[in-house]
Amino acid sequence: MSFRKELFRGLIKENPTLVLLLGMCPTLAVSSSAINGVGMGLAATVVLMGSNVVIALLKDIIPDKVRIPAFIVVIACFVTIIDLSMEAFTPELHAALGIFIPLIVVNCIILGRAEAYASKNSVGKSFIDGLVMGLGFTMALVLFGSIREFLGNGSVFGSKFVAEDASTILLFILPPGAFITLGFLIAVVNRLQKKKG
Amino acid sequence: MAEETKKKKLPSTFANMVIVLTVISLISALALAFTFKMTEVPRIEGKRQKTITALREVLPEFDNKPDEEMIEVMDDGEKDPAFKIIIYPARKGSELVGVAVKSYSKKAFGEPIWLMVGFDKNKKIVNISVLEQKETPGLGTKMADAQFKDQFKDKEPQTFKFKVKKDQGNVDAISAATISSRAFCDAVDRAYRALDKAPGGGVQ
Repeated sequence: MSFRKELFRGLIKENPTLVLLLGMCPTLAVSSSAINGVGMGLAATVVLMGSNVVIALLKDIIPDKVRIPAFIVVIACFVTIIDLSMEAFTPELHAALGIFIPLIVVNCIILGRAEAYASKNSVGKSFIDGLVMGLGFTMALVLFGSIREFLGNGSVFGSKFVAEDASTILLFILPPGAFITLGFLIAVVNRLQKKKG
Repeated sequence: MAEETKKKKLPSTFANMVIVLTVISLISALALAFTFKMTEVPRIEGKRQKTITALREVLPEFDNKPDEEMIEVMDDGEKDPAFKIIIYPARKGSELVGVAVKSYSKKAFGEPIWLMVGFDKNKKIVNISVLEQKETPGLGTKMADAQFKDQFKDKEPQTFKFKVKKDQGNVDAISAATISSRAFCDAVDRAYRALDKAPGGGVQ
């Protein structure tokens, strides 16, 4: 298993947001700007890597029937640690992401990878899976956030490309714009996949 | 490629399930308590810093410690202790140069917003800082931008009505964010009312 292949898998072939269609809720809600996308993506990646490793470590002692509650406790613990740490050390980002940090607990990507991968693979492999899936999520969020921020606010990562009072397509910073952008992105990905194969 | 681990898994007996879940929960609780303690100081300090930064932003130059002389008042009819208005007197030497009021509005689009409104000794607004807001990103969040806030500088209620133009006031609302703009005005209004309640520490 080469790292390059794994990276390709997480970023493109099995991108959790655009291909596996996981984590739709935070994607739609937090991606109204590129920097929020980065913050959310990285926070989720850290949680994903941590929870994947712990669950891979414990996979033989968690009885099958209680695996979901066990996973949730582990995930919730990691998310709360991240939440407290961000509040202490990155207060602006913490304020910007607000309630969506605790919502990482129910981000389907985390539980999805725990169930589909970490509970069935070695610690090393699960760590890598967490990393590449998290990066894929982050990349999708940044792409998403940049598009929405550019069309809706005329800026990317805060640097404005248009005049201060230029009219922008406000729709894109609002929920309908999120759905529209997501629909288009998934359509593009589907088209590219069809071509390949 | 999933490895076959099913045969090594712990069987799902009642005892196993209870024990494993309990142990995992206990260890998680320990990890959380530890993190909470470790982050406590930076988190509290962060909140304090936010207040000091806001005070410097909204008041004329001062050399006292306004947060150590703060006065708490309650708005008329407000019973919830979570909604305390805080008045910070700012002095240079022994002279009162201004007063900052930490005010709120419950009429925002999202959660209640908190503003720090700075007044000079003539009760004119020096500047306003947005302390807390959970408005729609790109819309209501623009209340923190100079483009919106600056129109309040140097204003006082006799000459400038703190309501949006839609409500027969003088305030230019943020486009597509009327509710957030109204909430902002509401908080500024509340800050003004609080000035009159401040005993002695208020601006005379």
